Amino acid sequence: MADPMKIRASLVGESTEVKVLMAHEMESGQRKDALGQTIPAWFIQNVTITCNGRTVLSAQWGTAIAKNPFLSFKFKGGAKGDRIAVTWTDNRGDRRSDEATIA
Amino acid sequence: MTLLGLLGGAGWLKPAVVRAQAWNSVAFEAHSVADALKGLGAGEPTRSKDIVFFQTPEIAENGAVVPVGVTSNIPNTESIAILVEKNPNVLAAVFDIPPGTESVIVTRVKMAQSANIYALVRADGRYFLASKDVKVTLGGCGG
Repeated sequence: MADPMKIRASLVGESTEVKVLMAHEMESGQRKDALGQTIPAWFIQNVTITCNGRTVLSAQWGTAIAKNPFLSFKFKGGAKGDRIAVTWTDNRGDRRSDEATIA
Repeated sequence: MTLLGLLGGAGWLKPAVVRAQAWNSVAFEAHSVADALKGLGAGEPTRSKDIVFFQTPEIAENGAVVPVGVTSNIPNTESIAILVEKNPNVLAAVFDIPPGTESVIVTRVKMAQSANIYALVRADGRYFLASKDVKVTLGGCGG
């Protein structure tokens, strides 16, 4: 199981700013190990972010997202104490969900 | 019955292949910008000055971690995709922007070498494109 994400959600004026840092290798499938064998691609493919269950962002990712992915965006309609949930799924079928509340 | 349902029913697809969420394998496995655009259904997008890059460096010292910020000022922006021209697989990400979410995205990508970063925006079902040239001092995909 991957390490927890770091999620920060804060009200900025009328918008909620969400910043997420995920722990994932995001192996590109291009690199070779010491024996010259290709290291298989291993990367997050889908990300969904909800606020009290309402989807506020969803994404599909490829291998070109950097290791330990960072993501930041803003949405309207959030309030202090609302629950922000972030879920990712990778190409091995692993998934992880973490939550934070809007501060 | 859909084709996927038929294949799944016939046991030709492993469960891992049948995903709850969509992942556009055709677009993500494309090796050129043109093929990725085709895979995304974008055809020949219109060049737009209403797509603005920010936090994106002119010169990236480390191609393994290149910040990319994209703002779309096009009304009714529905999605923002980020493509890196000379990467082995050019499509980096597709963000779907539901109503109420601002069309502003920041993330970090890998760049194999100096190249154009493209931002593709879908708005009202039409596609718009902007690009920014980023020089890379140290590539991010090799060993």
